[in-house]
Amino acid sequence: MAGLLALPFTVQAGDAPVPEVPKAKEKATQEYGCVAPTDYMRKNHMSDLMHQRDDTLREGIRTSRFSLAECINCHVTPDEDGKFARFGEDEHFCSSCHNYAAVSVDCFSCHRDTPEQTDYQHTFNTGNNPHHGKIALKGNKLSVETLQVLTEGEQQ
Amino acid sequence: MKNVQFMEIEGRSFGYLALLGILGAIILVALGAWYVMEHNGHYVTGMNNAIVWGTPHIFAIFLIVAASGALNVASISSVFNKTAYKPLARLSGLLAIALLAGGLMILVLDLGRPDRLIVAMTYYNFKSIFAWNIILYNGFFAIVAVYLWMMMQQSMNKYSKPVGVAAFLWRLILTTGTGSIFGFLVARQGYDAAIMAPLFIAMSFSFGLAIFLLVLMAAYKWTGRPLGDAIFRRLKNLLGVFVAGVLYFVLAYHLTNLYATEHHGIEAFILRDGGIYTQLFWIGQIVIGSLLPLLLFYHPSTAKNRTLVGLGALLVIIGGLIQLYVLIIGGQAYPLEIFPGKEVIESSFFDGQVAHYAPSLWEVLLGLGGVAVALIMVALAVKILRFMPTSLADEDVDPHHSA
Amino acid sequence: MANKTYNADLSRRHFFSKAVAAAGLAVAPGVFLRQVHARPSDQAATSEQRWGILIDTNKCAKGCDSCVTACMSENGWGDINNSEEKSNAHQKAQWIRKVTVKDKQTGHVQSLPLMCQHCENPPCVDVCPTGASMKRADGIVLVDKHICIGCRYCMMACPYKARSFVHEDLENQKVVAPRGKGTVESCTMCVHRVDKDGTPACVEACNADNHNAMYFGDLKDPNSEISRQLKEHGGEQLRADLGLNTGVRYQGL
Repeated sequence: MAGLLALPFTVQAGDAPVPEVPKAKEKATQEYGCVAPTDYMRKNHMSDLMHQRDDTLREGIRTSRFSLAECINCHVTPDEDGKFARFGEDEHFCSSCHNYAAVSVDCFSCHRDTPEQTDYQHTFNTGNNPHHGKIALKGNKLSVETLQVLTEGEQQ
Repeated sequence: MKNVQFMEIEGRSFGYLALLGILGAIILVALGAWYVMEHNGHYVTGMNNAIVWGTPHIFAIFLIVAASGALNVASISSVFNKTAYKPLARLSGLLAIALLAGGLMILVLDLGRPDRLIVAMTYYNFKSIFAWNIILYNGFFAIVAVYLWMMMQQSMNKYSKPVGVAAFLWRLILTTGTGSIFGFLVARQGYDAAIMAPLFIAMSFSFGLAIFLLVLMAAYKWTGRPLGDAIFRRLKNLLGVFVAGVLYFVLAYHLTNLYATEHHGIEAFILRDGGIYTQLFWIGQIVIGSLLPLLLFYHPSTAKNRTLVGLGALLVIIGGLIQLYVLIIGGQAYPLEIFPGKEVIESSFFDGQVAHYAPSLWEVLLGLGGVAVALIMVALAVKILRFMPTSLADEDVDPHHSA
Repeated sequence: MANKTYNADLSRRHFFSKAVAAAGLAVAPGVFLRQVHARPSDQAATSEQRWGILIDTNKCAKGCDSCVTACMSENGWGDINNSEEKSNAHQKAQWIRKVTVKDKQTGHVQSLPLMCQHCENPPCVDVCPTGASMKRADGIVLVDKHICIGCRYCMMACPYKARSFVHEDLENQKVVAPRGKGTVESCTMCVHRVDKDGTPACVEACNADNHNAMYFGDLKDPNSEISRQLKEHGGEQLRADLGLNTGVRYQGL
């Protein structure tokens, strides 16, 4: 499955159209690094999200690393006019791959597909948000070595 | 007694193909109606936050309850050893499976998220009677399929009885479970009652046999095979007993409720003040669904007339649908008693008010689709396999018949 | 990027973030100050706490619906959000509503908000076939919309008509309150706020408007304000006869 998914990205100037995956927020990727290596994310984001959804809803664990809202905040960026692509359009981060791979995604029948401009509160007390890189990156289990790999390695 | 011969129907006549065509068309229209409901959301239906289960559930529960009752004929032959019913056992099993399939189809398609059927079959909350029902319904298919196999394969006939007993017990548990879906609801004045389970058992006997009788009459008339009076009379009399049984449970339910002051509200609503629900109860459920059929079944001037008896069976079915309408929709329409001793004078969520409901076309079409699925399954099955005896004439089936 | 630089950045960040956090705590609204030790976000809710709401109907004004409006703003339902425009009035979701009741004997009229009662023995949880209707360890009753199949059996079972079904496609949901067609929803006691030491929007609005008819807190903590109020002045359940031990209690009914 992962091999199939990786295939489009490895074929160069080939017959199959490669999906254009929108870039994440510049500020986030430069300052804070990514959540996990791109290959890892491509292969595992579905199971991580599935796991996270149960953690958050049923247990009340609200870590940010695999939080869907945080994914959206970083990866769904406005265009020059300040407008957001909506889920389903090729320009939306999730749809760019999912439309191409024709894998349906259920999240956005309920979840918001764009960052919420006004109401989203970044609270101070959560110590585990990599985007607010602070005391406890320990909650993320991102070691310094991993960060090194991330920041020095290739990013999409 | 001669050996009963089973044979597939020929199934080549224009009438047969027209029947398949009509049923197929109804199914297609029903699927279209479902598409409208699923694609747009339930706002296109008459259901809302107060009446959450509507016309599709009336049909679905009717079919599911009838399915369990349709197996009765086979059970009577295998479990209770009444040999006169033996030739009918295969058709009985077939009808049970078909009716259940039709009913479940409606139920699944009405779900808010029918795409999550797999979730429903893999995540179980075992405290929920609904979850148990899902297991019971699937098990019913399996057990009846095995039962049919035991009956239809000569070498396995000796196992008909033990499997038949298992099927009989399974369906009693299943129907108890279906009735308990309502009986376990503490919140509603019209439900929360232990009598729901036996009431549904009685209803299953009645509706199942009424459908069986009509299907039998139609199948034999349209294929030109003889249906003797002996069998006919037995089924008619049995159906009458079952209709009376349902009437008894309805009476017990209402009399008990009338005794308790706490339940006077719901009783007044159903029996006197409920508008359409009151009319449906008295005229639909009691007169059309119970008293008239009893008259037709037992009165000497009508009892021997097949057409009138068939009409009686049809009235039982109509009355049964109406009974479920009063129970399910009437039970939801009556407001919840959140503030005993107080009346609600204002609420944006219509607390304290009788809830609105009007069946939408989509719901009715979906319900009819389920009925059509059940009937088309029977129609096709009797052509493919040997469910129907070539003759049910008296001399061929009745061990005590004197020529 | 050199290893050293990154580490230095990290320790600088440590200092600044601690300073900012301390400053933030100092100026944050009172609701943050009340409980200094937040439950860390990587820890699950436990049964050491049980969240409850107490409503004093004597202070609840008949025409006021601040709590309802606040809930709508927070969670994205209702007419102020133009939510569910295709559904009719009986189909639109309501997470909380104001009800005015009159005692049949005495004629006494009262007003109160009615929402999910967050029962200890919720009938909705009992009947849900998939387990989507659930009670969290800390007592908050929720719908796991990831596995809700939309059968509406929980809506049949709820004695308080607390639950709503979504009858049409939705968009522009609030981040904190995902909601979608074909699933059932109800008051979440603003669990997203509670988990970050906040107060449900309804209670916050009631107190912000100085009506002070609602209290929120930990029922298991004898020193919490709600527990003290309950001890001193009592608090009744709606339909106490059902034995559900609701987390929402009312005074003055």
